[in-house]
Amino acid sequence: MQNWGRTRRFLIYPAVNFLNNRRSNPIAANPVFNSAFGLANHRDSPLYSESEKSNLHTCFHSLRDKVVETGIRSAIRFQHRGFGSDATKIQRNPLFSTLNSEDISYFKGVLGEKNVIQDEERLLTANTDWMHKYRGSSKLLLQPRSTEEVSQILKYCNSRSLAVVPQGGNTGLVGGSVPVFDEVVINVSLMNNIISFDKVSGILVCEAGCILENLITFLDTQGYIMPLDLGAKGSSQIGGNVSTNAGGLRLVRYGSLHGNVLGLEVVLANGDVLDMLGTLRKDNTGYDLKHLFIGSEGSLGIVTKVSILTPPKLSAVNVAFLACKDYFSCQKLLVEAKWKLGEILSAFEFLDNLAMDLVLNHLEGVRNPLPPSLHSFYVLIETTGSDEAYSKEKLEAFLLHAMGAGLITDGALAQDINQASSFWLIREGLPEALMKAGAVYKYDLSLPIENMYNLVEEMRIRLGESATVVAYGHLGDGNLHLNISTPQYEDKILAQIEPYVYEWTSKHRGSISAEHGLGLMKANEIFYSKPTNVVHLMGSIKKALDPKGILNPYKVLPHSLSSSS
Amino acid sequence: MKIMVAIKRVIDYAVKIRVKPDKSGVETKNVKMSMNPFCEIALEEALRIKESGMASEVVAVSMGPTQCVDTLRTGLAMGADRGIHVEATGALLPLSVARLLRALVEVEEPGLLILGKQAIDDDCNQTGQMVAGLLNWPQGTFASKVVLDKEKQAVTVDREVDGGLETLCLDLPAVITTDLRLNQPRYATLPNIMKAKSKVIKKFSPQDLNVEIKSDLEVVQVTEPPKRKAGVIVSSVDELIDKLKNEANVI
Ligand SMILES: Cc1cc2nc3c(=O)[nH]c(=O)nc-3n(C[C@H](O)[C@H](O)[C@H](O)COP(=O)(O)OP(=O)(O)OC[C@H]3O[C@@H](n4cnc5c(N)ncnc54)[C@H](O)[C@@H]3O)c2cc1C
Repeated sequence: MQNWGRTRRFLIYPAVNFLNNRRSNPIAANPVFNSAFGLANHRDSPLYSESEKSNLHTCFHSLRDKVVETGIRSAIRFQHRGFGSDATKIQRNPLFSTLNSEDISYFKGVLGEKNVIQDEERLLTANTDWMHKYRGSSKLLLQPRSTEEVSQILKYCNSRSLAVVPQGGNTGLVGGSVPVFDEVVINVSLMNNIISFDKVSGILVCEAGCILENLITFLDTQGYIMPLDLGAKGSSQIGGNVSTNAGGLRLVRYGSLHGNVLGLEVVLANGDVLDMLGTLRKDNTGYDLKHLFIGSEGSLGIVTKVSILTPPKLSAVNVAFLACKDYFSCQKLLVEAKWKLGEILSAFEFLDNLAMDLVLNHLEGVRNPLPPSLHSFYVLIETTGSDEAYSKEKLEAFLLHAMGAGLITDGALAQDINQASSFWLIREGLPEALMKAGAVYKYDLSLPIENMYNLVEEMRIRLGESATVVAYGHLGDGNLHLNISTPQYEDKILAQIEPYVYEWTSKHRGSISAEHGLGLMKANEIFYSKPTNVVHLMGSIKKALDPKGILNPYKVLPHSLSSSS
Repeated sequence: MKIMVAIKRVIDYAVKIRVKPDKSGVETKNVKMSMNPFCEIALEEALRIKESGMASEVVAVSMGPTQCVDTLRTGLAMGADRGIHVEATGALLPLSVARLLRALVEVEEPGLLILGKQAIDDDCNQTGQMVAGLLNWPQGTFASKVVLDKEKQAVTVDREVDGGLETLCLDLPAVITTDLRLNQPRYATLPNIMKAKSKVIKKFSPQDLNVEIKSDLEVVQVTEPPKRKAGVIVSSVDELIDKLKNEANVI
């Protein structure tokens, strides 16, 4: 009996390790990783070159291991300065006030003592982004529990000209979710109730602070799924997903949030509550303003409630992990998959050999699914259907045909959920593997699929030995994640990458932000993807909704625009 | 030498199990079914033995409804040479399975019979032991290492026991049941899936094997384990002490 108990644990332990990867991402769900870090002694960090150290950068980067070592207490404050594109120094907008004790008392009056947070450690977490690349110096984190409270605090901040940063799970990758200076952080994580779910229509209405994974778990009990899924599901909030118009792994099947979000409740800078929380699939009454807030990165209002259309959970899910000899084959495979898998195709992701190498070397519990050697390209295909026998037969027939036609050189088909999870882990674990490998410059680009990989090859030539250029992404959506991994951040390397990557993207009529947003990192680069008059119209909209510019300042729109206005 | 491996089709390990409202069992409709993880390990071990040149053929056996053929196909795609399906509807409890296996051993005459140490659905952990008893073969259960000696016609098995590891030497033919640490099963690759298409699955009925499916066991009721109450977050040490004293009554 005892023996049984013990061995049973053996089964659970390693298996859960694999499973977790799909169910709750170890990266995003790991509280240590999310909350503890040491910007500490960043000048001593091996990630910084000598010149960087002497520059006294305010941005820092340190890895999880470092974190634990250095500890939070030893943190030293630096003024903010972002890496990435943000090489020019930003000035704090002098029109913004600074916090005083009366403000604090006011907030305590509205929210109660407990939800007005001035604790150093918690502020350090709220001030620092997921990559440990951007860091602000906010002295205050507010956690409202209701739309009414959000409205009251925004109204107050607006009247006092206190700048604010709406923050969700803080998994954003463009420095948009953390303060640049001393902006007040407003996090709606306590607003995490599911308001209603209609089992007939599949329409879910919930508060913005619901964590994506919790929604997925809830819907699972109802026989439905969320129309989006991403590696950061364990921490990111639906309000954050909507505000970044997150794409993720299922976009190829279910489309973008512009299609799936049916309604929003949003609080404007002046505290006005906009009730656009419709639950209708069709509603052509005037301008559909909710779309303004989807993807506006907290610069136009705070999303407090979301109504979203969810697809039914179909039981037949299959995952294949495939090897292709060149990029051209990946493309052809995509075209074939669209035709031959048709309605059951639910994900089409790719990674190159350097990405695979990185995951194998830096993530625990990952094994090469197609040993012994590495292939040039890998494609992960997922199908979702209602009939196991039909779906599997269809997928198998497709794969065997593709193999016969030489489009794939090898491949494996997951035989159970555990195996499917370990295939997904390879793709979903890439951001974490990159973090572990050292410094990383991230570019999230939409490009015409046919010449997408040319950029990767050009970057390899440009950077030579000084960096590892890793490519992966949502091939089915034409979305490349170009990641340049280096031992440490160096201005010299950055100068090799930017503006070259942006110019190249612009030249090929791509987008410099496919799904991560502009945030702080790319606010000034918007012109690479949008004409001047369009950007100016965006500025007018911003001005109309947030005349004092208190909502997420310095982000999304170019600084020239906000300072001139 | 031929190796026979028993593989069971069970609810996928990662699926959240739901009990049927009438408590007669667990819900299997529209639920993902896969090969029992311990059986996968058993099959992997057999394949490795064959690949090392110590065996000539691996035969996978599965018992139960028609869909067991899918599980056998997975086994063939992993590399088993042939499949045997004993088609039986209704409950198959360990003793019946052991009797069917004994009958198949008499037909196939393998030198080694490998099973998972237990199936994750009923967690019985009995079939391997029972079939060894019926066949009067030596058994090495909970194997975490298997080394075959072809000359001596013996196999050395390290087994995970409470105090640590026990090493047994068994004369062939023998029964081995596998534990989780024995190996990491391979994936079914496309070339092997393709090859599996032309492999043979032979069908038997219990009658063909002269085994009567009956059982002295009766399942009275299946219920979910009691739900754990949600935890509470206390705001101070004082509150914690107060709760421990006055609510939990532990201090
Ligand atoms: C491992 C990993 C994998 C990822 N994979 C993907 C992916 O596949 N696809 C993808 O698109 N992104 C991906 N991301 C990026 C990121 O997770 C998403 O952009 C996510 O949707 C952000 O949600 P969040 O709650 O963490 O928001 P945050 O990071 O906290 O905020 C992001 C932006 O939204 C604003 N915001 C947040 N909440 C609100 C609100 N309630 N009201 C108004 N504004 C708000 C913030 O001000 C900020 O500008 C990934 C990130 C990580 C770390």
